[in-house]
Amino acid sequence: MEPHQVKVNGVPRVLAAGPQVSLLDWLRGQGLTGAKEGCAEGECGACAVLVARADGPDRTRWTAVNSCLPPALAFDGGEVVTSEGLGRAPGACTAEELHPVQREVADRGGSQCGYCTPGFVCAMAAEYYRPERRPAAAGEPAPDHGPNGFDLHALSGNLCRCTGYRPIRDAAYALGAPADGDQLAARREAPAPALRLTRFVSERAEFIRPGTLQELLDRLEQEPDAVLVAGATDVGVERNLRHSRPRLVLAIDRMEELRRLDVGTDHVDIGAALTLTEVEQGLGGRVPLLNKLFPQFASRLIRNSATLGGNLGTGSPIGDAAPVLLALDATLVLTSRRGDRPVALADYFTGYRRSVREPDEIIRAVRLPLPLAPSTAFHKVAKRRFDDISSVAVAFAARFDGAVLTDLKIGLGGVAATPLRARAAEDALTGTELTAESAAEAAGILAGEGTPMDDHRASARYRTAMLEQAMLRFYAESAPELEVIR
Amino acid sequence: MSALADRPANPAVGQTVSHESAALHVTGTALYTDDLVGRMRGCLHAWPVQAPHAHAYVTALHTEPASAIPGVVRVLTAADVPGVNDAGAKDDEPLFPREVMYHGHAVCWVLGETAEAARLGAAAVEVDYEELPSLLTLTEAIDAASYQGHQPVVARGDAESGLQRAPRRFSGTFEFGGQEHFYLETHASLAHVDESGQVFVQSSTQHPSETQEIVAHVLGLSNSEVTVQCLRMGGGFGGKEMQPHGLAAVAALGAVLTGRPVRLRLNRTQDMTLTGKRHPMCASWEVGFDDDGRLLALRATITSDGGWSLDLSEPVLARALCHIDNAYFIPDVEVHGRIAKTNKTSQTAFRGFGGPQGMLVIEDILGRCAPALGIDPAELRRRNLYAPGQSTPYGQPVRHAERLHDIWAQLSSRADVERRRAAVEHFNATHEHSKRGLAMTPVKFGISFNFTAFNQAGALVHVYKDGSVLVNHGGTEMGQGLHTKMRQVAATALGVPLDFVRLAPTRTDKVPNTSATAASSGADLNGGAVKHACEQIREQLAEVAARKLDTQPYNVRFVDGRVTSLGSTESLSFAELVHTAYFQRTPLFAAGFYRTEGIHWDAANMQGEPFKYFSYGAAVSEVEVDGFTGAYRFLRTDIVHDVGDSLSPLIDLGQIEGGFVQGTGWLTLEELRWDTSAGPGRGRLETQAASTYKIPSFSEMPEEFNVHLYERATESGVVYGSKAVGEPPLMLAFSVREALRAAAAAFGPAGRPLELPSPATPEAVFWAVQDARAAAGGRAVPATTPAASGAG
Repeated sequence: MEPHQVKVNGVPRVLAAGPQVSLLDWLRGQGLTGAKEGCAEGECGACAVLVARADGPDRTRWTAVNSCLPPALAFDGGEVVTSEGLGRAPGACTAEELHPVQREVADRGGSQCGYCTPGFVCAMAAEYYRPERRPAAAGEPAPDHGPNGFDLHALSGNLCRCTGYRPIRDAAYALGAPADGDQLAARREAPAPALRLTRFVSERAEFIRPGTLQELLDRLEQEPDAVLVAGATDVGVERNLRHSRPRLVLAIDRMEELRRLDVGTDHVDIGAALTLTEVEQGLGGRVPLLNKLFPQFASRLIRNSATLGGNLGTGSPIGDAAPVLLALDATLVLTSRRGDRPVALADYFTGYRRSVREPDEIIRAVRLPLPLAPSTAFHKVAKRRFDDISSVAVAFAARFDGAVLTDLKIGLGGVAATPLRARAAEDALTGTELTAESAAEAAGILAGEGTPMDDHRASARYRTAMLEQAMLRFYAESAPELEVIR
Repeated sequence: MSALADRPANPAVGQTVSHESAALHVTGTALYTDDLVGRMRGCLHAWPVQAPHAHAYVTALHTEPASAIPGVVRVLTAADVPGVNDAGAKDDEPLFPREVMYHGHAVCWVLGETAEAARLGAAAVEVDYEELPSLLTLTEAIDAASYQGHQPVVARGDAESGLQRAPRRFSGTFEFGGQEHFYLETHASLAHVDESGQVFVQSSTQHPSETQEIVAHVLGLSNSEVTVQCLRMGGGFGGKEMQPHGLAAVAALGAVLTGRPVRLRLNRTQDMTLTGKRHPMCASWEVGFDDDGRLLALRATITSDGGWSLDLSEPVLARALCHIDNAYFIPDVEVHGRIAKTNKTSQTAFRGFGGPQGMLVIEDILGRCAPALGIDPAELRRRNLYAPGQSTPYGQPVRHAERLHDIWAQLSSRADVERRRAAVEHFNATHEHSKRGLAMTPVKFGISFNFTAFNQAGALVHVYKDGSVLVNHGGTEMGQGLHTKMRQVAATALGVPLDFVRLAPTRTDKVPNTSATAASSGADLNGGAVKHACEQIREQLAEVAARKLDTQPYNVRFVDGRVTSLGSTESLSFAELVHTAYFQRTPLFAAGFYRTEGIHWDAANMQGEPFKYFSYGAAVSEVEVDGFTGAYRFLRTDIVHDVGDSLSPLIDLGQIEGGFVQGTGWLTLEELRWDTSAGPGRGRLETQAASTYKIPSFSEMPEEFNVHLYERATESGVVYGSKAVGEPPLMLAFSVREALRAAAAAFGPAGRPLELPSPATPEAVFWAVQDARAAAGGRAVPATTPAASGAG
């Protein structure tokens, strides 16, 4: 078999590293020390690099990811660009040749200590090359967007402790379009690197990218302790911070059966191994409640790797997607050698990080019933607006007939060992007119749902209050429309 | 020699230039200590064995199981130390402790062929502990009278009689949190025994000379046998002033014992659980005002949480006490300070070095008392600003106090404060669920190390035969742009273009006995030394040039790489002159030295003039608070700040903005939580990762951010008329905290004092909002509170 290999900054490099070696550590071991480890859990973005991802069958999209999380082997056959590859540093015998992104950051004082800078530059370059980026039409740019169409959320996963961010924002907002002859821009016009069915086997660990769903399910049945990896945004943290060392890693990031997005007449099926960014792009705003979720779900760097399957598979009691999907009345399509098994998300979680999923089962897709409830809201309570973990997350999906709530589903995160539906509050309000009084009463009921606890993110008391306030806010935000109806 | 503050024609200082390493930063080719590992053959990796108790004796240490792990090379313990088993400057920090003093304390270190082997080895080390009672909170420490170090008092006049006379008196207590440095680059050291037999340590240290001294002291070597180099740091903020020493000593010890290079790099969690932070403090206070809101007297006790050892807690406390006045004249003052000893990381220097804590106390007092006094908080602050001729409580005249008033007025007008105040009122009147707040706060910050001996610096400047210049100085580069400024200083002093000058990494074998790059003093001190060195060379060159140009040395001018004589059209290039000078056997290198003149400090009585000058600034911030959650947005901040005549405007702007946002983080998001329960996790830092300890991101940058450098601000007696800039802007963030207080208060009746915890997290703000709302819900609150009542 051919050696594993990654094209880095245009040059193929042989990849001889086990599945426990992150892309970051491998790159640094290659002498490419531009990417840095700042946190090893995908929070700071100092390790960000660009990877070539498929943008449809014929094109490539430069996508920024945290290199500290995925195993290097996941990029076997792939193409990676680091800060070193974007431009050329001034050296003893060379003049500097900075990429436009690097030039703007350098000239505007966007680097001080410089440690986070390579990651910022890569995240900024991905947005620079985003094909949909267009200068704003006349008038005010969208919130968190520059006049050049730069979405500041592209940098929401990058932390800087020195600059206070203003010069970095100004650099981002000053970027023009890629010039003619820009090689990375040109690279977008050709297909992404071809899929490789990577097989790495050593005494202690295996990394397999199965070619078919059948092979995946077979392996999983034989070895139910195998770890499934798509973006590795959770597995990578487990490896780096909690030192988990799985014997078998099964990469599912290219598995076609898990990567379909089907919008039917009575439901939407979202492949479990699609990244959140891909889902966002694929849905194009057709599920408004998900559109409210996406910008608040971790950071762009994480959303470029993280999947709904991973988010639900880990069974986190917070995971912001779960409350939203609960409100949307989602069903999970579980698959094993025994076939498909749909399970309502509301029945999926059984305890802290536990679920009804059998060891040999995988989440194939998330199914949303249509038509969607027209009135929705997502309230995420966290310390920080960009890239933080919720202390409480509340999602609402409602149908009104006049001012009467005919259907209400409320998903909660962060207030119990699992995400849950707020059944008591839903029941209290369903079939009644939403008024200040009924909302206040329901707020009291909602506050009684779940079993919030004290931790470093928030007190139990605050969490309870946030449930109450979420209902009051839902009413306050619905009230102007209801007023018109009345 | 020219006067220190004078600038020649067309100087390189004052030009807007990018960071000297900007091109390296953006291309990922700027090297940091841990980037060098791949250049070392056979490098070993160190991993700590961290104790799982807040306080315990180590009764037995079994390292054999670790040695059985493949790839483990050696376990370092106290028995291996050839010198002194101590990593501190005060002999109170054993490198390998027998008594565990905090949760996560490293009891020994494992060296492995790989980091993975070292980690597995550390997990295999068996340690027996005898648990001991522990003190974690300030309250616990105060109740147990657990203190360490000096208990200084800053006093002037008679606070008791001042309070008695005051028609308006208030008292209160205020406990506020510390701050994790969260430099993006965690601590790193890389040590080896070099080809000449010296111990060579690459270290991410703000204080290479002290790192060198501690390494030598642990190894039982002389300082001359150890060299420490700091290439650059990925941020320091004070966290690498004292904390790197022990880590460098472990790496050096490993290198000496194994004969192989040793790399010690902390991962984020190790860094957060092992190293010190900004001191949390609590204050109890009594304050007296006259009927017009003028401060008459303040009596306070500040208790600082020093953690398990003294480290820099004493000077940090001294600076806190010396800054409790911030920008305000208080006639009668008595402030007591003490340092609690707790079972936590040993708290240390952090940008501002106690100044922010002292100033937070008075700003909190003013913010709480203003409504009770019936005076707008900004007006209350303005009324109390120092006037020319007044002195601080420790006896230092406040020179240029008029600048405070000028800055305040300029800021009010630049930021359009009056109009926006009305707009905020209108917004609040028309929005039920969100409220805005606007607040303005000043900063006065003393520049110089309180400890007089530290106010010295050295430099070594070489001019090579081709006219190129290499500058070594004692300061370290941590992102603050010191090297950029020093390059500008050297180019100015030698009259050459910037690109003639290269900065060499900081090394203890080039400039000895350096002070920490700290106290905002890097440019003042090292700039003085670099300038001194360059001027010695220039004077030598002027002699040579005078002979060539047939003039007198005092008529020779050095500008932009050309050397000319007054009144003559003849000139020669700097490179030609240098070439000639070499053949005339003229020294082309010089050591420069600088010491700050005119400062003195009586540490026992806390009196004197410890500061060369004061830095001034003011900020006005506007915020919006969401009443449902307490979450907030920072809408706009305007700053006017005094950096003297800027050495490097882009660098100074970056320091002001960055300091402000970092201060905002301290006062809002950043929350350190320790497990204070009686359970098995007692003493564990719960916020020990980026996922749980949140520093500001883009979303915390003010949406509109205007910074203006105060103009025509030459500071006499400082290099090229500039002022220090590293720390003072952090405290401009008080304006955000006070704006949050105003916005939260706007949910309730006007004129009611409101307490706001620090950090003012969304949760804390939510409870303040609820508090304000409760007051609006029927309880009568008088517009002003009677004398002698509490302020909240």
